[in-house]
Amino acid sequence: MTIETVESLPEVLPSSNARKQRRSLMVEAAIVLAVALVLLFVIPPILAGLGQGVRINQLGRFLALAIAALGIDLIWGFTGLLSLGHGIFFALGGYALAMYLQLQLPAGQIPEFFTLYGVEKLPWFWQPFYSFPFTLVAVFLIPMVVAAALGYLVFRNRIRGVYFSILTQAALIVFFNFFNGQQKLINGTNGLKTDTATLFGMQVGSSPVIQGAFYTLSVLFLVGGYALCRWLTSGRFGRMLVAIRDDEPRVRFSGYNPTGYKVFVFAISGALAGIAGALYTVQSGIITPKAMDVAFSIEMVIWVALGGRATLIGAIIGALIVNFARTLLSEQFPAFWLFFQGALFLVVVTVLPDGILGWLRREGMNQVRSLLGYPQEIDTYPSLEQDPDVQYERENLGD
Amino acid sequence: MSALLESLFGGLSIGSVLLLSALGLAIVFGLMGVINMAHGELMMLGAYTTFVVQNGLKKTALAEVYIFFALIAAFLVTALIGLLLERGVIRYLYGRPLETLLATWGVSLIVQQFVRTVSWQFVIGLTLFCLLFFGAFWILSRRPDFERIRGWVIGVMLPLSAAIAIVISFILGQTLKLAVTKPWFGTQGVDVTAPRWLRGGLQIAGGYQLPYTRLFIIALTVACVFGVYWFLNKTPWGLRIRAVTQNRSMSSCLGIPTKTVDALTFAIGSGLAGVAGVAVSLLGSVSPNTGQAYIVDTFMVVVVGGVGKLIGSIVAAGAIGTISYIIGSNALGPLVSFSPALKSFFEFFASASMAKVMVFALIIVFLQFRPAGLFPQKGRTVDA
Repeated sequence: MTIETVESLPEVLPSSNARKQRRSLMVEAAIVLAVALVLLFVIPPILAGLGQGVRINQLGRFLALAIAALGIDLIWGFTGLLSLGHGIFFALGGYALAMYLQLQLPAGQIPEFFTLYGVEKLPWFWQPFYSFPFTLVAVFLIPMVVAAALGYLVFRNRIRGVYFSILTQAALIVFFNFFNGQQKLINGTNGLKTDTATLFGMQVGSSPVIQGAFYTLSVLFLVGGYALCRWLTSGRFGRMLVAIRDDEPRVRFSGYNPTGYKVFVFAISGALAGIAGALYTVQSGIITPKAMDVAFSIEMVIWVALGGRATLIGAIIGALIVNFARTLLSEQFPAFWLFFQGALFLVVVTVLPDGILGWLRREGMNQVRSLLGYPQEIDTYPSLEQDPDVQYERENLGD
Repeated sequence: MSALLESLFGGLSIGSVLLLSALGLAIVFGLMGVINMAHGELMMLGAYTTFVVQNGLKKTALAEVYIFFALIAAFLVTALIGLLLERGVIRYLYGRPLETLLATWGVSLIVQQFVRTVSWQFVIGLTLFCLLFFGAFWILSRRPDFERIRGWVIGVMLPLSAAIAIVISFILGQTLKLAVTKPWFGTQGVDVTAPRWLRGGLQIAGGYQLPYTRLFIIALTVACVFGVYWFLNKTPWGLRIRAVTQNRSMSSCLGIPTKTVDALTFAIGSGLAGVAGVAVSLLGSVSPNTGQAYIVDTFMVVVVGGVGKLIGSIVAAGAIGTISYIIGSNALGPLVSFSPALKSFFEFFASASMAKVMVFALIIVFLQFRPAGLFPQKGRTVDA
């Protein structure tokens, strides 16, 4: 890193900065592309070769969850809005696609569960889901609109912080009650099954072609979602989000209205959760109101917190780590998963506030340097950071 | 007339449980801006304490008045746990309310699972682990170079003492079998039976019956509200708590020990959750998930009531209780029978869970007009 700066010193500073930025962007894009190609073409054959075919499906589902984690990172990591209700958007996306798949029937028939409750006519809001293009749009548009409406009503009144979190959680309970109680409209507690539905003449749950396609789609949408979030958070808009997170009144006093930014970013985040829900549903075979469980929505937050807030990559890594840890642990010791998860919340918040990625960037590099015998990297001046008196004061007399 | 009385009483009894459980939360939230997600679990622990006290006093002469001992025990147990929680976790997170929320959620998961799995084997293992780990920590912390080796101590002692504790409790489980491995409570719910004088109900005109347990809960709520009011307004520590609630840095400048005030308030708030747990245990079976059912409703009471004033919580709990009862029992349905559309509309929402949908919609509408709640704290801060 240092050698590069020495080389480019003679040039004018701004252009060299721009070039460096462009180069690091190209490197990042290449890395993302390489990881995506590995996920698509290397990992599935290896897992299949090891006889762990189940794991491919799991990986696909967790990649879908990582898309939702990206959305959480966007609103929590960058904008400082802690949503405890993302299960709503996740479930809305999942239900939209599941309704389309349920309707893949010979003309004149309605999904089987309706007859159990004596419903003979398809409820009106099911009608549009006959259309494939409508469903594709609905998967992200419905969660987006719901998120925007909820966000507008809340942000307009400058409700924020803990109040916002509580209200999103209450909204989650409300949606859960609604979906859970309406057997005649949406099959209530039992949810909608997608694995027995047929798509293009193949059964969704058991056809390897369809499942492979959904795996590929998950990877592609994850890359797309990452690119979108990266683009949103890099420019002026991204700096605005960070400003709202760090000092919202000051943003307002500077003549900006944060409401629009917050509503927009909340809606984008809801849309990402909707896509994630749809991809997760078709790979797990069912969507039930349990996707709107309070615990699940808070768990999404811990994926981001573990990986590292405001890093995007950290959100993806965190989602994968927590979910694989959950499958492994709850296969072995089902009772201890909750202990582990609770401890995870405590440890991440108290010991690892910057998450794994943040720790690696700050502490990890320093550890490596000190192991190799180099002095530690410092942010300000040696007199400020390496003076034992100053250190002592900071540790013992702070606050 | 009797329908009106019925809905009034129904609303009052829902509202009193809400108020009782929101009381502790509101005080803590007003003082520290911290939402305690483990509040529901503290209630659950209070309910389990009632169960334990009831079984302990079953054969004695005090069996008929066990509920009063349960109230004291539940308050003490949960206040102690709240104190531990504040000293152990929350005090490191002041000024970061969202992180506190996540940490307390972690605590609530641990408490839930603890109640499910706790057995003699588990307790012995846990005690052994704590003795080994913290004992070694304490001994080693006397070495002069402790700061340097701290990381190594944790890295070595944590797995070592965990391994020893797990092995010993496993051996115990193998040799003593069910005597130590049987869970104390299990995942199933346990039942608390009300004392004999609380069974049945008060007959009033129109054949309607007021259950004594509901009346007892209302009386308990009134007593708690007066107790909290007296404590906050008439005692020196109450004065300090109010001062810190209004202006933390100014109080600190004037010599009020804000850290002690925080710990005390958190302990009292948790203790009130325990008292609410006793009330909840009278209403039905108690399971490890009991607390989850109450948290969101109590949060809503705090949001609608606004922080810093007791009266806000009282009015909000009463209003939310009455509205959910009226909607849930479809009391408005007969009144609007002239319009079939309105009638079917109210019928659609006439269940406890659908009433929640309606109440939430009303709360959102309410917040459009009063975003800071019914009785907001007046002040000049920007970050209100």
